[in-house]
Parts: sequence; structure tokens; C-alpha cells
Amino acid sequence: MSKFPAVVFAMLMGSVVTTVAHAAPQTIDMVIKDHKFNPAEITIPANTPVVLQVKNADHAVEEFDSHDLRREKIIAPGMTAKIKLDGLAPGVYSFMGEFHSSTAQGKVHVK
Amino acid sequence: MTAALIIVFREVLEAALIVGIVLAAVNGVRGAKAWIAAGIAGGVAGATMVAYFAGAIAGALAGYGQEIFNASILLVAVLMLGWHNAWMSVHGREMAVEMRDAGNAVRDGKKSLSALAIVVGVAVLREGSEIVLFLYGLATADGGLSSTLLGGAIGLGAGVIVGAGLYLGLLRIPTRYLFSVTSIMITLLAAGMAAQAMNFLSAADIVNLGPVLWDSSWLLSQESLAGKTLHTLVGYMDRPTLLQIVVYIGTVLAITLASKTTRRLANRRPARGQNQASAAE
Repeated sequence: MSKFPAVVFAMLMGSVVTTVAHAAPQTIDMVIKDHKFNPAEITIPANTPVVLQVKNADHAVEEFDSHDLRREKIIAPGMTAKIKLDGLAPGVYSFMGEFHSSTAQGKVHVK
Repeated sequence: MTAALIIVFREVLEAALIVGIVLAAVNGVRGAKAWIAAGIAGGVAGATMVAYFAGAIAGALAGYGQEIFNASILLVAVLMLGWHNAWMSVHGREMAVEMRDAGNAVRDGKKSLSALAIVVGVAVLREGSEIVLFLYGLATADGGLSSTLLGGAIGLGAGVIVGAGLYLGLLRIPTRYLFSVTSIMITLLAAGMAAQAMNFLSAADIVNLGPVLWDSSWLLSQESLAGKTLHTLVGYMDRPTLLQIVVYIGTVLAITLASKTTRRLANRRPARGQNQASAAE
């Protein structure tokens, strides 16, 4: 049984690390319709957490996917997903709807 | 058709690589294939259920149910891989090479195999639920269903071929080295999963990832096929953060230490048995 504590310890290390405390972040609404994001491009201030509220107005499931933003989230039809972005460094971060990536593309401009 | 092919292939690839490593790791262990098959079947069943309840899961836990669910099953897989490695460090060699005695090793072996069946199961569940949702979305949209299914089938086949290739490639390694190689691979697989779990915990606002330590996306993008394969196999990250690196290294150290400790304890036991036997004489 001695192997368990060591492994569990490693697993817990992550959760012991500081939890973020902050005021209620700004919310940005976004809609997926006809496999496109609206708005497809948004601009947010640097180093400021924001919450994207993405509503899927299509009849098909979509996955909000962004390697740049480190987020992947499945959004069922009619559902609104909350995607929290931590404070980001200035730059352009792209995201897409993985299930319809030919049209569902977007960018977050951080200034 | 191409879209379905690419998406299904991408999702299947990750699960197939994990199954390939796990199958090689238990090569020669009696009953192992049945356990792994059960894990895959359980994963497929679980994927359909997760897809069905996707809305409920997403809505749970203040809207972060999906992230916490993903992080949890990744961490369960890490624990199971760690446990398996610790156990194999004692019994692996005998079981894989020849001494398959019907004693404790086999009984404990079932536990270790069930741990790996869980690893395979959650890998299939995670990737499979996305495939189910994707195909369901297309099935409810009008037209093109048969070509989508064809694309999906080709993607599935291609993913399985890569996984099978990895498995067969690993089997070419001489048996006496195979165990060491798969132990290292399982350790790195677990470390990569633990680091990935941190990403989900951060998305759920539970941990702070800390600063990005480097950006090697210009050299090898994590979104490329090679980058994604390495991400699954050894946890390659093109933009890792401090917390991810700490957790990665911590997991490697913890699993290595756990294996060393179990082996040391196991070596002590038979020695004591011999002493008692000689004392009895």
C-alpha cells in the first residue's frame, strides 16, 4: 500500500497550488449560428480575466476548441457554455468550432 | 467525408496509442487481452452514456462539470498507471518472461490488469464521447450521412492501424528489454496526462497554471500530427506552464519512487522467509 501515498501526493500537488481569487470578470456573449461564431473576433485587455458565454443556436453539437487559449468545451444545441479565460499576454489567439472548422473560426485579440 | 475522417482519426489516435502501449506492457500476461478488450468495450459504452448526458454534465458544478469530469478521469488514469507500474516492477519480469506461477502474482495480476482496463476504458470514453456527439450532430443534420459514416469508418481504421503499429513495433523489442521500455512509456504517459489534467482544472478555475515557460510551437506544433502523437505518448507540450512542468516532473518522480519502494519491500519479504526456514532447520 506504500505506493499509494506517493502517487496521491503528486496528484494533489496541483490542487494545493494557489487558487485564483478575483473580482467578477467581464462577460462577453457569443453565439454560434450556421456554424459560425458571432462575433467571430473580439478584443479584450491584456492580463485581465474574462468569461466567454458561448450559446450554440445551431441544431448540431459544437466543440469550442482553442489550443492557443487552452480550452476545449463541448456545447450541446441550445446550451450556453461558460469559458473562462485567465489574464492573457498581448497577442492574437485563434479558436474554432472543431466539428465545423471550415466555417467556425474566430480570434481573440488581446491588447 | 474528409472532415469526419480527420476528426474521428484525431480522436481515435489518442486512445489507440494508449491501448497500444498498454497491450505491449502486459504482453505475455495471461488473460490480459480479455481485460483490455473489456476496457475498450466499457469505454465505448461509457462514451455513449457521456454523450447522452453531455448537457447535464456541462451544466453541473457551476458550468464547469465538463472540465472537472475530464480532469478527474485523467487523474484516475494517472493513478491506475502508477499503480500498475509499481506492481509490475515486482512481478512484471517473471510474468512476462516465463515464471507464470498460479500464486499471488496471478491473483494480484488481475488487480493490475483491471487497473489497466480502467485506463483503456477512460481513454476510449474521453475520445469516444466526442466522436459520438460529432456523428450524432451530423446524423441529425440533413444529408451526407452515409459519406460521413464512411469517412468516420476510415478515420477509425487509420487510428487503429497506428495503434496496432505501435504495439507491433514495441513487440519487436527483445522481451528482456520490453518491460523496461513499457515501464518508462507508461510513466511518461501518466505524467503527460497529469499535466493535461491541470489544463482542465485551470479551465474550471480551480488551479492557476502559472507562467508559460517556453514556446516551442515554431519547432513542433502540438496541433501537428507528430506534435499530437508526442503529446499523447510522452506529454509533449509546445507551451507548457510552470504548474504543468512541476506536475509532470512530480508524477515521474512519484511513480519511479513508488516502483522502487514496492520492489524493495518485495525483496525483503522472501529474504525473511528464508531466514525463518533456516531457523526451523
